[in-house]
Amino acid sequence: MTPFDQEAERSVKQQAGAVPKIRLRGLKKRFGGKVVLDGVDLDVRAGHSMVILGGSGSGKSVTIKCILGLIQPDEGLIEIDGKDVSSMSPEERAAILDRTGMLFQNGALFDSLPVWENVCFKLLAQRRITRAAARDKAAEVLAQVGLAASVGDLSPSELSGGMQKRVALARAVAAQPDIIFFDEPTTGLDPIMGAVIDGLIVDCVKKLGATAFSITHDMASARRIGDDAAMIHKGRIVWSGPAASLGDTGNAMVDQFARGEREGPIQMELRK
Amino acid sequence: MTRFLDFLALIGRSLLSTCQSLGGVALFALAGLSHVVRPHFPFRQFGRHLVEIGYFSLPVVALTALFTGMVLALQSFTGFSRFNAESAIASVVVLSVTRELGPVLAGLMVAGRIGAAMAAEIGTMRVTDQIDALTTLSTDPMKYLVAPRLLAAMVAMPFLVIVADILGVFGGFLVGTVKLGFVPQLYLVRTFDVLQTMDVVSGLVKAAVFGFLIALMGTWCGYNSKGGAQGVGQATTRAVVASSILILALDYVITEAFFSR
Ligand SMILES: Nc1ncnc2c1ncn2[C@@H]1O[C@H](COP(=O)(O)OP(=O)(O)O)[C@@H](O)[C@H]1O
Ligand SMILES: [Mg+2]
Repeated sequence: MTPFDQEAERSVKQQAGAVPKIRLRGLKKRFGGKVVLDGVDLDVRAGHSMVILGGSGSGKSVTIKCILGLIQPDEGLIEIDGKDVSSMSPEERAAILDRTGMLFQNGALFDSLPVWENVCFKLLAQRRITRAAARDKAAEVLAQVGLAASVGDLSPSELSGGMQKRVALARAVAAQPDIIFFDEPTTGLDPIMGAVIDGLIVDCVKKLGATAFSITHDMASARRIGDDAAMIHKGRIVWSGPAASLGDTGNAMVDQFARGEREGPIQMELRK
Repeated sequence: MTRFLDFLALIGRSLLSTCQSLGGVALFALAGLSHVVRPHFPFRQFGRHLVEIGYFSLPVVALTALFTGMVLALQSFTGFSRFNAESAIASVVVLSVTRELGPVLAGLMVAGRIGAAMAAEIGTMRVTDQIDALTTLSTDPMKYLVAPRLLAAMVAMPFLVIVADILGVFGGFLVGTVKLGFVPQLYLVRTFDVLQTMDVVSGLVKAAVFGFLIALMGTWCGYNSKGGAQGVGQATTRAVVASSILILALDYVITEAFFSR
């Protein structure tokens, strides 16, 4: 890429910055009688990293699945690149998914396939690569997430939790997506591995110039990987702002969550 | 009065939900089959399932057919000897096996083996988000998971039934000649005298239909399972029960279509 190309790309990106990459308005979803999303409003800036915080069961994963079209929301608007998702044809939606990566909360690796095929699954599905070339490509992507090429021949069930997370991360970024979703990338990992994964995410996002949308419970992790942050509680966004300000936002809920205090505006429904 | 209305409402509700799931299954089957003729059919997956269904079910189906043929010869002998009709044993064995017992017993065995495995595998993929992951990886789950299984079961079952036919007849032959004292040549002549192409063909048509049903129930129940390990267990049970009942019911329908003219 020539410097001129880079300059052109940057200006395109700045123009695109005016239209949020992802825009949610009044997103609602209930399962049976249970309201999970109760009017979520959110903007994710193109080329930036958004972090969503919130207690477990607050509807974070459901939000991501609605954006991806895996769950049909009951009400509300989802725009990607300024275009309403619900008015898109199946082909247009598929084209967006082709440029999207997703790291699922539990990895969701295909246990019938070896690691290398998992990592290159999307490239193979899109016919951008031959099976012969896929092994080398998998080794290259695995190296980016700090795994040896020999891991490629193992089955996902032979890996530890941390290794599975890294393979899932490799799979999410292997096809060089424009938008990447990370659902609790560091939950259940030791702090060092968590920091390593955060570093990998930042690297991947910077290198790909992608828009990232991450879910986390972990404040340190949120500050490391986020440009912007938002907090979801009872199916609504209760705060949003720069990720750097987490910890002293002046919002009682966010500060309680950040400090992990029992007493505060967020009451756990332990007794009914 | 209200109790009666409640009762009617219950009937109405279950009727509606039955129609709904029938429609759902039909659409699911059409969507799966449409990928067989659309571009980029996943031949690698198809091959894997063909081997799993056709090759690894061979021992089970072969043993079932062999013993069925043997028992059939023995039972008809004890029954027919009362009427001096022992000579009909060879024909009874070959016709029952090719028309009915081969396809039905192979179908039931494969339903237990393959239908259950399909429901469990796809159900586990559903509850661990692997099916959603396929969608985000530019792959239609109907194309990747359902279509190759449907086609593989439809292709493998007739092959299994040919094997079952041969071994069933062989089982009857074995008991007839070794235990009951028939002359081998005569037994074979009687076997092939009565056998007509239509007997075998109807059995193979049944086999293909049963294969389709087994794969359809296995994939459908797995695909729609929810709620963790327990849900997957229920899906597996449902797949086996539904495909077994459908095999027996459609066996009657197909027999009616072939032979009641
Ligand atoms: N497919 C589903 N069917 C029914 N309820 C669901 C489903 N998915 C999520 N839920 C419910 O929605 C709520 C939010 O789930 P989720 O978004 O996964 O929480 P989290 O914020 O921890 O990611 C949970 O109470 C969960 O029980
Ligand atoms: Mg979640």
